[in-house]
Amino acid sequence: SGENKETWEFKLVKGESGRQALDELRQEREHMDHSCTLSAWTSWRLKRKLIMGLLSRKVTCNSHGQDSSYFLGWQEYEKNPYHEVNNPQGIIQMGLAENQLSFDLPESWLAKNADAAGFKRDGQSIFQELALFQDYHGLPAFKKALVDFMAEIRGNKVTFDPNHIVLTAGATSANETLMFCLAEQGDAFLLPTPYYPGFDRDLKWRTGVEIVPIQCTSSNRFQITAPALEEAYQQAQRKNLRVKGVLVTNPSNPLGTTMRRDELDLLINFITDKEIHLISDEIYSGTVFSSPGFVSIMEVLKDRSLEQTPVWERVHIVYSLSKDLGLPGFRYLLSAMLSDKKFTKEYMAKNHKRLQKQQSKLVSGLEKAGIGCLESNAGLFCWVDMRHLLSSNTFEAEMELWKRIVYDVKLNISPGSSCHCSEPGWFRVCFANISEDTLKLAMQRLKSFVDSVAINNQSHQELKNSRKKCRTKWVFRLSFQSFHDREQDER
Amino acid sequence: MLSSKASSNCHGQDSLYFLGWQVYEKNPFHEVENPTGIIQMGLAENQLSFDLVESWLRKNPDVMGLKNKDGESVFRDLALFQDYHGMPAFKNELVEYMAKIRGNKVKFDPNNLVLAAGATSANETLIFCLADPGDAILLPTPSYAGFDRDLKWRTGVEIVPIHCSSSNGFRISMFALEEAYERAQKLNLKVKGVLITNPSNPLGTTMTKDELQSLITFAIDKDIHLISDEVFSGTVFDSPCFISIMEAAMDSNLKRNTDVLSRIHIVYSLSKDLGLPGFRVGMIYSNNQTVVSAATKMSSFGLVSSQTQYLLSYMLANKKFTSNYMKRNQKRLKKRKEMLVSGLKKSGINCLKSNAGLFCWVDMRHLLCSNTFEAETDLWKKILCEVGLNISPGSSFHCSQPGWFRVCFANMNQSTLQVALRRIKDFVERSSFNYQQNGGSLSRKLISNWVRKLSSADREEQER
Repeated sequence: SGENKETWEFKLVKGESGRQALDELRQEREHMDHSCTLSAWTSWRLKRKLIMGLLSRKVTCNSHGQDSSYFLGWQEYEKNPYHEVNNPQGIIQMGLAENQLSFDLPESWLAKNADAAGFKRDGQSIFQELALFQDYHGLPAFKKALVDFMAEIRGNKVTFDPNHIVLTAGATSANETLMFCLAEQGDAFLLPTPYYPGFDRDLKWRTGVEIVPIQCTSSNRFQITAPALEEAYQQAQRKNLRVKGVLVTNPSNPLGTTMRRDELDLLINFITDKEIHLISDEIYSGTVFSSPGFVSIMEVLKDRSLEQTPVWERVHIVYSLSKDLGLPGFRYLLSAMLSDKKFTKEYMAKNHKRLQKQQSKLVSGLEKAGIGCLESNAGLFCWVDMRHLLSSNTFEAEMELWKRIVYDVKLNISPGSSCHCSEPGWFRVCFANISEDTLKLAMQRLKSFVDSVAINNQSHQELKNSRKKCRTKWVFRLSFQSFHDREQDER
Repeated sequence: MLSSKASSNCHGQDSLYFLGWQVYEKNPFHEVENPTGIIQMGLAENQLSFDLVESWLRKNPDVMGLKNKDGESVFRDLALFQDYHGMPAFKNELVEYMAKIRGNKVKFDPNNLVLAAGATSANETLIFCLADPGDAILLPTPSYAGFDRDLKWRTGVEIVPIHCSSSNGFRISMFALEEAYERAQKLNLKVKGVLITNPSNPLGTTMTKDELQSLITFAIDKDIHLISDEVFSGTVFDSPCFISIMEAAMDSNLKRNTDVLSRIHIVYSLSKDLGLPGFRVGMIYSNNQTVVSAATKMSSFGLVSSQTQYLLSYMLANKKFTSNYMKRNQKRLKKRKEMLVSGLKKSGINCLKSNAGLFCWVDMRHLLCSNTFEAETDLWKKILCEVGLNISPGSSFHCSQPGWFRVCFANMNQSTLQVALRRIKDFVERSSFNYQQNGGSLSRKLISNWVRKLSSADREEQER
């Protein structure tokens, strides 16, 4: 009818959310049946034509992935953010994998190297040069400093050629660009679960590429196995998807663990056999703070003398300065800073120490609340086991628990389902983006919550037992098989 | 092994436009170190007004040192800032600056502004939002050579040209629009929009209100989008003054159709007027909330550095600076353009009358040995390799008539431009001299055309 059309057109023009217009459209459709007049249908179709016709499929579909609970948690945090003084009851952000522990180090470097900050080289202004520089090959000095830094992170066991580096606006952009280069619309990449929720956007959205999960489980600390790889490949084939490669994050987000040499060997064998690509997202390589050390895919390739073989050209690395250095940065500034070898050495040593300290604070805090986590040696987060707190072994129960933790306990942590974990009950909890005091407070809140759950729960004794088991499980983390079995029995 | 995007040539980078740059790179002109090298006249950059920006920077060392007005370090905040909505202060200043360029005849809402890493990124993102692979965008020719890459490559969208000709100063006529639309239909392509560059690259002209309103009417009639790439809007140095698509859409007649604003989108950048292409500041402005929302999320793939946003928000907040900059920059552009035009005229070469941009659209049809694109490419090669000037041939802009070239004037200093003009004069005189030596019939056509050019423009049209 004329009136309806005016209202929603008005909305569209007045700038209300296009999504709202779409939702309304869908709702309208649900109320329409064969008793509707032709003019009503025509009017509805006209509306749809205008809304849909004006927009591309990308915009109107949901594959952007931003409706994931991962992002919803952030939104809740934004509405009520914790502040020591101004909002002590607010939500503490533990869903953001950022490193805020070591800013003082680059800051002090900047203070001592004012020239670089002021666009000067040897006292001369190079502003014009920088303002004009738009060569997509990148600043040579910067790329040279980058490859040196990347080699240093890998204990100088591998070297990199600056001509093989392509700069991008963050790892987000790097991953998407690699997809565009390696796969067509409708092709698939295999990814081990659990994985970073942002991949659903970065790898799939504008590229049209599909993700097929390689299911990993707690039974072996979520490591990738040969059967899991094969199964994922078969699954893709059953869906008529052509597999173009495997993408792994090493060290892992959200697990915080580095891949072992046998896992990396397994991957190389797999991609060689299937003649596909391997992308190794190593953005957390600079955050490895305890043993075992970091082994890059490049190192394994080198050790197996595979440099002259076809597989060499099918392995690609993604890196970024966002996680270990925590900086976006002017490229010129960074190249000056990274070239200062004394600085990089000092930074890496101090940063690792601080990360380890904070991680162990989180682990012991969780332990006091009867919560265990996957043993980790890297990353800015822990992979936390809250399966014993679920009311049932389902993702619905996980969601319920997550909501309580966000809204009642006021901690924004990320549920395993948003990382496509195959088992409910796991959560990613970040530790490097908050102060020691805030972390302490978060742990206190968590403990109170767990204690209150115990008191309120009818099967009080059961929970006490499972908590005891939880502590025992944590103590006997070595025997993962029995861990798995026992957990199944007691749930 | 790789995607078709990675292995094919559809990024358009083997166009003569880019090949000329490559030849220039191997032998670049330098006043002192390489005075016989190739002069770069194929790069539309503004290098005339750096001193103004540099002097502002010198007076504001704190901002450069990442400190705020109270002298406190904002390093940490900037290092962490990655919100794809952009810095509010920066967007506020940007919309005011954009309005100023448009004589404050339109106002912009910072919430409708999406930042991108340069106009390259802005254009591609907009296409991702408005069209699906296999859809088509109509583009008037001649147009920027980079569009073949920016609009088509990763998006899978097709470009269907709207042919414009010198017969009416390359203006877009309704006939040309309709004809392009029909051609798309015959190719079974779904047209999703029209993209115009206003002021035009490579023409250097601004569009009239009538032209803009015809375009809007066309877009409404065909139920498609209208993208106005206004990256050169800050380089208008002469009358007629610049009219933005937004201003044209404000007309009361068009306003009756309430959805007109939801289909108009503007692309802008600070690379052309402020001369800061290295800072990668581009933006999309749209009243369509769905587009703004999707484009904002896509900007994750190309965010503007937080330091850049911080630095420029301070610079643009200084209204005295921006007023002074705009005035002086436009004066310098006008002067430099007039130097190029009069210099070329002395060699018997005319340009399309222009009032904007960093280049002139130059008519060298009379120097072609035949009215073909092969002849144009031959002439281009000669000018590049023998004369040592990298100018851009019309074919790389998909111009439908051979013989036109885009020649940039704002990316070099005055003495270099004089060297370039001298070289052209020598070349033209040499060409006529060669004829006198050889007396070939082809050369005769060449010299006759050249002589006729100096005497009468009308007769040239008749004899072609």
